[in-house]
Amino acid sequence: MTLPDGPRARVRITSPRTSAARTRDVSIASEIDEQTRLGEVYISSLMRSQLRLALGVLLVLAATLGALPLLFRAVPGIADVDVLGVPLPWVLLTVVAFAEIIALGWFYVRRSERNEDDFSDLLEGR
Amino acid sequence: MSNAASIVAVVLVSLASLAVGAFGLRLSRTMSDFYVASRGVSPVLNASAISGEYLSAASFLGVAGLVLARGVDMLWLPVGWTAGYLLLLVFVAAPLRRSGAYTLPDFAQLRLESDLARRASSLLVVAIGLLYLIPQFQGAGLTLRTLTGAPSWVGQLAVAVVVSLNVLPGGMRSVTLVQAFHYWLKLLALLTPLSFLLGAFGRRSGGPDVGAVLVSDWVEPLRGDHALYLTYSLVLATFFGTMGLPHVVVRFYTNRDGRAARRATLAVLVLLSGFYLLPVAYGVIGRYVAVDLVAAGRADSVVLELPSRLFDGPLAEGLTALLAAGAFAAFLSTSTGLVVSVAGVVSQDLVRWGAGRRPGHRDGHRDGHRHGHRQGIRTFRRSTVVVVAVSLALTVASAGVPVAHAVELTFAVAASTFGPMLLLGIWWRGLTARGAIAGLVVGGGLSMGAVVSTTFGIATGGWFGVVMTQPAAVSVPLAFATMVLVSIATRGSTPEHVARTMVRLHAPEHIDLNRGSFHPERWDRPAAAAEGTVDATQHTAYAGTDATARRAPSTARRD
Repeated sequence: MTLPDGPRARVRITSPRTSAARTRDVSIASEIDEQTRLGEVYISSLMRSQLRLALGVLLVLAATLGALPLLFRAVPGIADVDVLGVPLPWVLLTVVAFAEIIALGWFYVRRSERNEDDFSDLLEGR
Repeated sequence: MSNAASIVAVVLVSLASLAVGAFGLRLSRTMSDFYVASRGVSPVLNASAISGEYLSAASFLGVAGLVLARGVDMLWLPVGWTAGYLLLLVFVAAPLRRSGAYTLPDFAQLRLESDLARRASSLLVVAIGLLYLIPQFQGAGLTLRTLTGAPSWVGQLAVAVVVSLNVLPGGMRSVTLVQAFHYWLKLLALLTPLSFLLGAFGRRSGGPDVGAVLVSDWVEPLRGDHALYLTYSLVLATFFGTMGLPHVVVRFYTNRDGRAARRATLAVLVLLSGFYLLPVAYGVIGRYVAVDLVAAGRADSVVLELPSRLFDGPLAEGLTALLAAGAFAAFLSTSTGLVVSVAGVVSQDLVRWGAGRRPGHRDGHRDGHRHGHRQGIRTFRRSTVVVVAVSLALTVASAGVPVAHAVELTFAVAASTFGPMLLLGIWWRGLTARGAIAGLVVGGGLSMGAVVSTTFGIATGGWFGVVMTQPAAVSVPLAFATMVLVSIATRGSTPEHVARTMVRLHAPEHIDLNRGSFHPERWDRPAAAAEGTVDATQHTAYAGTDATARRAPSTARRD
C-alpha cells in the first residue's frame, strides 16, 4: 500500500507513564466499533444478561401458566373448587393469568433497562 | 333483524374513522411517515394503536362466541394472545425497534444479508396478510347482514372502501391515530352495554337456563378429545405467533427508541388484559340467557344479540348499535393494519422486484431523494389499491369456504416461520440465511398445508387430522430445529456483518456506536459498497427525525 501525496497523518506520541495516569486511552466504544475481541466480549455480555433475563421470564411463564393444562389433567376435580362462586380454572385463566402477565412485563422492563444502564456505565468508564 | 340504529352507528364509525384519519393526515409528510409514522409516536398513543389494531373481530365477537359454545378451554385464546405480547416484549420489542427496519423483509435483509431471504419473507408476509384479511372482510359482510339484512357484499365493500380511504392519503401516520381511536371505541362499546347487562342479569339470578352452565364439559377444562395436545398446540401458536404477525411487527417501528418500544408493549399488556375480560363476560352471560345460539350455529353473534335478550325497546336498540359500532371498528382497524403492512411489503419488494428496477436503481439515487420519495409514495398507494382489490376478490371467491378458523391458523403459520426467524436472528449469531430460509420453508409449508387441508376439509380422522387442525406443536419445534441444524451445517456462510448487526440490535441508542449502514429505504444498494466507505463518521442511518444518529446526521437524512 502506498501512501497518498500530501501531509502524513498526525500521530500523537505519548509515553507509557502518561497513558497510565489516564483511565483509558482506547475507549470501549471504539473497541466495539473496531470489532476487536474485547469489544465483542462487551456486546456479548450485554446480550447474555438480556437473554438470561428474557429466558427467566419465559421459564416462570412456562412453569406457571404453561403448566396449567398439566395441572388440570392431574387434578380433575379442580373445577369443583370455588373462588367467590367462580370455578378455580376460570379464575386462573382470566384474572390471575392477566395479572401475572402484566407483573412479568413490568419486572422485565425494569430489569432490562437496568442491564442497559450498567452497560452504558461500563462504556462511559463510571 | 333490521335495525336502523345499527346502520347509523356503522356509518358514524366509518365517518369518524375518516375524520380522525384526515386529522392525522395533516401531520404526515415524508415517506417514512407513510411506513412508520416517522417514529414520533408517544408510547401511550402507540400502545393504544397497537392494541386497537390487534383486537380484531376474532377478539371482539369470536372469543365470546367460543366461550359460549365451548367453555373454559377457549379462555386460552385471550390469554395466549396477551402472553404472545409478553414474549414479544422480552425477546423482540427493543431489538426489533433498534434494527431500524420497517418490515419483516427489512429485518431479514439486515440480519441475514441475503436477497433470497428477503424475497422469501416478502412472499410469506403477503400470504399471512391475505390469510388474515379474508376472514376480516367475510366477517364484516356477515355481521352487517346479521344486523341490517343487507347482502354480504355490502359489508365487505364498506370495509374495503373505508380502509382504502384511510390508508391512501396518509399512510401510517393517519392510521396510527385511527387505530388508537378504535381501541378506546371498542373498549367502550363492550363496557357500556356490559354494565347494563350485568345490572339486569343480577336482578334475575338463578334464571331458567342455569342447567346449561353446570354442564361439566363447559365448566371443566380438558374435556374434549385430544384436549391436552390441542391446548398445548394453541398455547404454542399464540405465544410465539404474535411476534411473527406482519401487522403487529410493523407497529414497533413507530416507537421513538428501543426503550419506548418496551414501555409501549408493557402498556399494551395492560390494555389487552383489560379488554379481554369483557368478551369472556359476554360469553358467560350468554351461557345463561342465550345458549340456544349454539345449537343454531350462531354463537359468534352472541355479543350483538345479548342486549335484545335482556332488554327491549330503544335501550336494546341503542346498546346493539353501540356493539355494532365496536364490531365494525374491529374489522376496520385490523384490516387497515394488515393492508398497510402488506402494501408496504408489496411496494418495497415485489413491485421493484417485478419491474426489475434493481440494476438501474443506483443511478436513480443520484437524482436526489425527492424523486424517489414521491415515487415511493405513489407505489405505496398503488400497492394499497391492489392489495385491497385482491383481498376483496378472494373474499368473494371463497364465499362458501369456512374461513373463521383461518385466523387461529394464521398464528400457527406466524409461529412456525417469523417467530423462529426473529428469535434466532436476534439472539443467536449463528443463524445463516440458508438456515432461516430452510426453516421458513419447512415451518411455512407444514402450517400452510394445515391451513389448506383444514379449510377445505381434506384431512379428517386419526392423529394426523388432529395435528392438522392445530399444527403448531409439531411445526414450531420443527421450524426451530431446521433453522438451527441448517445454520450449523452452513456455518461457513454466516453473514459478514453479523457482529455489527448485533451491536445495532442490542446496544441502547444513547450510546454512540457504529451500527452499520443499513437503511430500509436503501436496502438494494449493495451493502459492500456502502460498507467500503465506512469510517468513524458513518454511523447509524436511522430516519431523519431520529435523535439517536448523532455523529452522522447528513448520511441519515432523506431530504
